[in-house]
Amino acid sequence: MIRLALEGLLTRKLRTALTALAIVLGVAMISGTYVLTDSIDSAFDQIFTDIREGSSVVVSGRSAFDLSEGSGVTEPTLDEPLLDEVRGLPGVAEAEGGVDNDSTSLIGDDGKAIVYGGAPNLGFSIAKGDSPFNPLRLVEGSWPGPEEVVIDSGVADKEDFAIGDEIGVQVEGPVERLRISGIVEFGSDLSIGGATLAGFDLPTAQRLFDKEGRLDEIAVAAAPGVSDEQLLTEIRAILPPSAQALSGQAQAREDAAETNEFISFLRGFLLAFAGIALFVGAFVIANSLSITIAQRTREFATLRTLGASRRQVLRSIVVEALVVGAVASVLGLFLGLALATGLFELFEAVGFTLPNTGLTFETRTAVVALLVGILVTLLASLRPALRATRVPPIAAVREGATLPPGRLARFRGIGAPLTAIAGFAALLYGLFGSGLGTTQILVWMGLGALLIFLGVALFSSRLIRPLVGLLGWPSTRLGGAAGLLARDNARRNPERTASTAAALMIGLALVTLVATLAAGIVDSFKGAVNDLWKGSATDYALTAQNNFSPIPIEAADEVAATPGVTAVMNVRTGEVRAFGNVIFATAVNPPAQDMIIVDWKEGSQQVFADLGRDGALVDDGYADDHRLSIGSPVELTFPSGETRAFRVEGIFDPPTGGSPFGRVTISQEAWDEEVERPRNLYSFVDIEGGESEQSRATLERALADFPNAKVSTRDEFIDNQISGLSSILNILYVLLALSILVSLFGIVNTLVLTVFERTREIGMLRAIGMTRRQVRRMIRHESVITSLIGAAIGIVLGLVLGALLIARVDFIDFSFPTAQVVVFAFAAILVGVLAAIFPARRAARLNPLEALHYE
Amino acid sequence: MEADNATVVVAREVTRRYGEGETAVDALRGVSVEVPRGKLTAVMGPSGSGKSTLMHILAGLDKPTSGSVAIAGKEITTLSDSDLTKLRREHIGFVFQFFNLLPMLDAGENITLPLSIAGEKPDPGYYDQLVAAVGLGDRLSHRPAELSGGQQQRVAIARALVSRPDVVFADEPTGNLDSHTGHEILELLRHSVEQLGQTIVMVTHEARAAAIADRVLYLADGLIVRELAGATQHEINEAMEEIAQA
Repeated sequence: MIRLALEGLLTRKLRTALTALAIVLGVAMISGTYVLTDSIDSAFDQIFTDIREGSSVVVSGRSAFDLSEGSGVTEPTLDEPLLDEVRGLPGVAEAEGGVDNDSTSLIGDDGKAIVYGGAPNLGFSIAKGDSPFNPLRLVEGSWPGPEEVVIDSGVADKEDFAIGDEIGVQVEGPVERLRISGIVEFGSDLSIGGATLAGFDLPTAQRLFDKEGRLDEIAVAAAPGVSDEQLLTEIRAILPPSAQALSGQAQAREDAAETNEFISFLRGFLLAFAGIALFVGAFVIANSLSITIAQRTREFATLRTLGASRRQVLRSIVVEALVVGAVASVLGLFLGLALATGLFELFEAVGFTLPNTGLTFETRTAVVALLVGILVTLLASLRPALRATRVPPIAAVREGATLPPGRLARFRGIGAPLTAIAGFAALLYGLFGSGLGTTQILVWMGLGALLIFLGVALFSSRLIRPLVGLLGWPSTRLGGAAGLLARDNARRNPERTASTAAALMIGLALVTLVATLAAGIVDSFKGAVNDLWKGSATDYALTAQNNFSPIPIEAADEVAATPGVTAVMNVRTGEVRAFGNVIFATAVNPPAQDMIIVDWKEGSQQVFADLGRDGALVDDGYADDHRLSIGSPVELTFPSGETRAFRVEGIFDPPTGGSPFGRVTISQEAWDEEVERPRNLYSFVDIEGGESEQSRATLERALADFPNAKVSTRDEFIDNQISGLSSILNILYVLLALSILVSLFGIVNTLVLTVFERTREIGMLRAIGMTRRQVRRMIRHESVITSLIGAAIGIVLGLVLGALLIARVDFIDFSFPTAQVVVFAFAAILVGVLAAIFPARRAARLNPLEALHYE
Repeated sequence: MEADNATVVVAREVTRRYGEGETAVDALRGVSVEVPRGKLTAVMGPSGSGKSTLMHILAGLDKPTSGSVAIAGKEITTLSDSDLTKLRREHIGFVFQFFNLLPMLDAGENITLPLSIAGEKPDPGYYDQLVAAVGLGDRLSHRPAELSGGQQQRVAIARALVSRPDVVFADEPTGNLDSHTGHEILELLRHSVEQLGQTIVMVTHEARAAAIADRVLYLADGLIVRELAGATQHEINEAMEEIAQA
């Protein structure tokens, strides 16, 4: 029986291959994800290990709480004299102090900052080239002396810089031009993604980073015979409370912590899409198997008359599925390697360059990919396999015997809506249930979506007749007799059309969901900005080039000092701790009074000007959470460890699109007293003459030395803020396109099987005068109608899911993504047309003589 | 070619070889035949005699290895696929052994299918006459699954006649029917020749079926070995036996 199953597969090569494709793609996505994230992981590991290689112990400033990268505040620094104290310890062979800054812009000859795909721009001091603490290797030239810089070979090659050239460097203050003394690379030959490197001698670095007399770190090498633990104990004994010491390895792990978090997020994120593709693939497989098994009814019946038991029939189909699953999974595994390379390029294309030291292939990747691929295939084959066992032997001799309905078929009428309802219940619980953690929310939502899709897919066979009537109408108008026949064919086997369309439905539902959320966010955000600026004096906004990074305050100060500028409102940002939680806080200066108009629950615009050194304002949500009213005390702890008491002076109701401030806002004056090197999230500018080419030129001139800062009008500001969203959207669309591709293969598969099944019919049509072109048109229209059904159900479902999600999120209002929905409908038509190409050609090639041949 | 109005199909020295080299099979070895207009011609022969191949070639469904075939005065062996399709659409009707109706269309739609494919509307007068002739007046809105085998074949015959083709090819039209129903179908074919003036070529191995023909051609081993005109069932059977013994 098993040999029979295998030989059967070989004789049905094309069908087997098409079925397998559905799994290949999903498995490729899994293995691709693992290979990609493992590769990034090992690249970063190597970077972080390299950096700490020569250090037995690293001393650094201790923040009062963990800070996230790029939040606007940084770890406190160390006093430089601490270095001499450390050097004086008996266990220390060598110690060096260093400073660093991860937004050290190198300026190209065009006056613009050199940035590769959002990667960091690292700046650091190099005390001595030959120091054991220096992970860099000099490719050319010499280590930096005073007022000199070394840059990485990537920038030197790409931007055409050579030794002796001057290059612009901008960190805290305006651009300075420094001589390039050398070109460096990491010691071990690894790519650092799109990151740029700029190394200086210590005094130059301290000046540029605004850290004169300060150190970020002290790297220590142990004297011979002194263990890292002994050294740690020695050093810890002399450290002030604002400093900490870790072994080199522990420091490397801590350096890597944030990156690792990012990588596991990325892994989970991509695996979710692999899961979606596999889920869609499962539909395709179940559907293809159902059709093939229906076509083989007589074969199974014959086997039964020859004495095969039900169990043997079941086993032969399961073995078949197992083989297909295994072969597809192995193919997918290797395709994943190619996909990982493709994903590296995809991320690069959307402006997100990742470090790459070559592909890493771990055993776990193979195990998971194969297991999941085979299991999904097996699960998908169960229902059709069980149906095959119900073929009675008598079907062998009966003309036109059809597959008996499965045992569960009679529960379908009630089961399908119940499944969908259970799905919605799970989704709603995930969204609105109280006291759920993020993971629980995601699990409930995922489960809910899964059940909804299953339920709707099962139920949709009942919608096929009316939907075909509606969506097939254009075909009957445009396609003539071929269109009419296509419409009739599409509703001939509603169950088959439904499950073929269901695969596409899932992809389109998710794409529509994304589009709905995006449209909601964009419209709400626009509304929010317009509300805040309505009646305000603001003419321009000042942000970082990338629109979201906090920028050094000197840029805004430069603008404020420019003649013609009436007022500059700054919003400082960073993390603080309040009520036991780390939150984003902001600080404003008095001009906010006229430049940002908020809706006050308690207080008025005047509060902005009257915050003083101990006033705070909060949004009403935060006030509710912590039962705050005017006069309530709020204690904020800053990264330095200082705690300062504030009093609530105002409570405002943020616009739906999001608050312009953090949870707690204090005055700029108080902020600058507590935070080293404060940063602005954005600034608003009021200038004489308002928005005009002239005033813009004035501002741009003022910012000439701050290439990282950008002036934008209200409209540009909105567009810029939203542009970040569109990169994310593009990534989501590309990832979801994978599952749409799987469903496209599903349609191809169904059509090929259908054409095979209707060989005699198509032959007859050819005999009585249907041209090849008409045959192709007939198949194409059937394909398009099927796709449109998937699109119609998917888009409606996506809108419903999107609306539910938006109902949960306070800062988004629902808005209908009209343009996207139109695009998706056309995309569905395109999917239908593409899917039909191959089957239609096969159908058109059929010989009319086939109609006359018996069987 | 010499095509007068009295001859619908003219075939000259048609051969058909399947395969190549040693395994090649000659299904037809030089057959010439003329199909007269308004007559029912039956093609008989034992299985393997080449009678189906001959019909396929005469109907433009298969190409001869050599020789020529003309339908309604038009040489068809050199036509492209799309021209052939058009020719079939305009000049030829088919009746199949297994009816070959489309299950999702009702009887009326099945009948007019060749016209819809050609993008034409039925001539109401002729259509009604046709429907009355095949005796399906009350069954037009039924799907094939709701019709008996005989009724399905009546629909198929109406479909073959609806475009008023020059010639209808019927391939074992009674092969899948019981003898009573088969008899009715034969009467219908005869009726369409006499009353509607149709030309029919029928391939069959049943003497009873061939007995309604104006002319019977016998094929054996790829050649026409005998021709009878207006023969009775008895004469046909005798001829068959003689050929089988030869």
